[in-house]
Amino acid sequence: MEQKDDNISAMCKPAVGEAGRTGDWRDATPVIDHSKCIASVKNRPACYLCWLYCPDGIVTAGVPVRIDLEYCKGCGICAEECPAKAITMVMHGEDGK
Amino acid sequence: MPEKLFKVRKEEYMLPGNRACTGCGLALAYRYVLKALRENTILTLPASCLTVVHGLYPTTSVAIPCLNCTFASTAASASGLVAGLAAMNRSDITVVAIAGDGGTFDIGIQALSGAAERNTDFIFVCYDNEGYMNTGTQRSSATPAGALTTTTPILTKQQNKKDMMKIMEGHDLPYLATTSASFPIDLYEKFVKAKRIKGSRYLQIATPCPPGWVFPPKDTVKIGRLAVETGIVVLYEIEDGKFRFTGRSKTLAEKGNRAPVINFVEKQGRFKKMSMEQLGQLQRSVDQKWNEFLRRAE
Amino acid sequence: MSHVEIMTGNQAAAWGAKLAKVQVISAYPITPSTPVTETISQWVERGELKSEYIRVESEHSVMTVCVSASSVGARTFTATCSHGLLYMHEQLHWAAGSRLPIVLACVNRGVGAPWSIFNDQQDSIAQRDTGWIQIYCRDNQEILDSVLQAYRIAEQVYCPVMVCYDGFILSHTMMPVEIPAAEQVDRFLPPYKPHTILSPEEPRNINPVIFPWQRRDAEGVLRDGYMDIRWKLQNALEKSRDVIVETGREFAEAFGRDHGGMLWTYLTEDAEVLIAGMGSLATEATTAADILRGEGIRAGAVGVRVYRPFPRAEVREAFKNAPAVVVFEKDISYGYEGALCSDIKAALYGAGIRTPIHNFIAGLGGRDVKARELAEAVRSSLAAIAAGTNERQTWLNCVTE
Repeated sequence: MEQKDDNISAMCKPAVGEAGRTGDWRDATPVIDHSKCIASVKNRPACYLCWLYCPDGIVTAGVPVRIDLEYCKGCGICAEECPAKAITMVMHGEDGK
Repeated sequence: MPEKLFKVRKEEYMLPGNRACTGCGLALAYRYVLKALRENTILTLPASCLTVVHGLYPTTSVAIPCLNCTFASTAASASGLVAGLAAMNRSDITVVAIAGDGGTFDIGIQALSGAAERNTDFIFVCYDNEGYMNTGTQRSSATPAGALTTTTPILTKQQNKKDMMKIMEGHDLPYLATTSASFPIDLYEKFVKAKRIKGSRYLQIATPCPPGWVFPPKDTVKIGRLAVETGIVVLYEIEDGKFRFTGRSKTLAEKGNRAPVINFVEKQGRFKKMSMEQLGQLQRSVDQKWNEFLRRAE
Repeated sequence: MSHVEIMTGNQAAAWGAKLAKVQVISAYPITPSTPVTETISQWVERGELKSEYIRVESEHSVMTVCVSASSVGARTFTATCSHGLLYMHEQLHWAAGSRLPIVLACVNRGVGAPWSIFNDQQDSIAQRDTGWIQIYCRDNQEILDSVLQAYRIAEQVYCPVMVCYDGFILSHTMMPVEIPAAEQVDRFLPPYKPHTILSPEEPRNINPVIFPWQRRDAEGVLRDGYMDIRWKLQNALEKSRDVIVETGREFAEAFGRDHGGMLWTYLTEDAEVLIAGMGSLATEATTAADILRGEGIRAGAVGVRVYRPFPRAEVREAFKNAPAVVVFEKDISYGYEGALCSDIKAALYGAGIRTPIHNFIAGLGGRDVKARELAEAVRSSLAAIAAGTNERQTWLNCVTE
């Protein structure tokens, strides 16, 4: 027996991915060159402007820095703001890659 | 680790996979608003971009309790939350109303003025993307003169942007501040401060909007920064009537090297029909307001 | 100890709120409802009623404050009418859709244009589609008692309730009213348990956008679409009839006063004509029935007490044997007929009852309605029905040429 909705008014619970896999939105994917990324070069927490300016908060500011491609919408702010020009937005080709 | 570097709270209260546009200025600012406000908060918000960012039934992208309300009623909804929480002996919870410029400057102004006049113990946040963006970029009183919108599609907006900060100053508030999505740490610090103050607090956030302002999403932070560099957006706070520049605007006030407004205007498609007269008028008005602020800062 | 005081209808409504220990009151002045919240403000500022009292800047905000305060668990109250009620129309829908047990005293007054400050029921009747329960009171005692009953009903079925009474006629007229003992009311009204969860301990987003279709949540449970949630409201209102009747019965047991549940009748058993109405107009109809009985016409009166949810079954029962029905009301659904008359006709149609029904629009904008005018109108209707006119709309005592 399928569980019924017991709410009598519209109350939502928090969860990741409310809009689905928003990584599907992008037409360019950010690629980090860790030989340029300041945190990787210094091998310690540093810079992290990509983390600061990501509107979706999907940058993990570790050593190395990692971007969650499941949910990255490909805005390119990280690439634009990186002071070391370590991030490149790689356009998807005709084959969708 | 970044939280130590930037001195901000670690938790992300906005969950990934939300409905914010790619490169949304509001989403960027909202991360820091929520980091500053933390769990001990109840939000209320009207029909707006943020409604959609918060998600559709049955799931929400924000891990802070939130009550949706009708367009005109945001500040009144907050008033009711404050009253109800007081009745329930939960006045330890911060009530925060957050609306767009339409829901603040236009349809929401009556309830906001009322709540502020009563010195309701809440924070009202206006995220200003300078138009009704959730419905596809219609003109609001926050739209600058010279901008194209779907309701000013040919002749551009004729009237100057309404000075909402000045209106709110007329309400005897303990704290008002302007912030920008491009200066998240300045924003974070102001929200942390605001949370600790009692009474009606009003904060405005300048949030660039890629689809509405017509610029590529990668430029959101840059355009927000240019707004401050030119003095179109001034970062300041007024605490108990005392005016103070903050952050980048403070530096500009001390060094006196603001950029010309054309640097901001030329990057956005919404200004492509702006006349030379409107541009001149914008520069004069920005200069005049800046000089007023300089006088107040003395 | 309960005691009797002479008071106005507005004071009676205020007493109802006080006894119910309301926790949040939002107030905005509008004639003739203003004394309700003025009376309450005296109690609050003297410390006799511990309540948050919010002097909002418009009626739209009045109802908004009630909605959000109720959402966090506070018992809320307000009073308004006419343009104030109209101004909060959007929020009335929102309150019902939110399933909040808000109680509002509507001091019935006509609507513009042009302005009227005097009584009719257009204001509340125009809200009949919003999802609020509506109770129409006959006298000041019923006003106080109905406010108490309203909280018990509202907090059980999670629907807001409007307690309506005629402006000036009841609101400003003094009658003896028994104020029940506070302890007795406390036993009758259990504390409000909100269904809404709005707390930092369990973050929820309440009343966001909802799709037309059902959608699974993150745990895989299939959740409602818009129409499903709306059906829940309709279903709750349909089921609330039993709660309303039961509450009236329990109130009668506890306090010794029975106001009749959904509908009350007067001399209807052998009636050859039934006069229907709501509020003070229905009271006037009982006097008209007495006048007609004195002339040998077996008239009876039916007072619709609860207009929404509409007392379909009770109306069918009350009218099933009536050879003629005359409906008097202080409202008009422009472009058609009186709303009460339409609803009565529709209820009878469903049971196959084809009695002639005449509609009189009376007392709009406070025009005086006397019992003898009602009796005269009934006599004229009986004559017209005898001559074959089964359906008629007449504006009573009004220039219609």
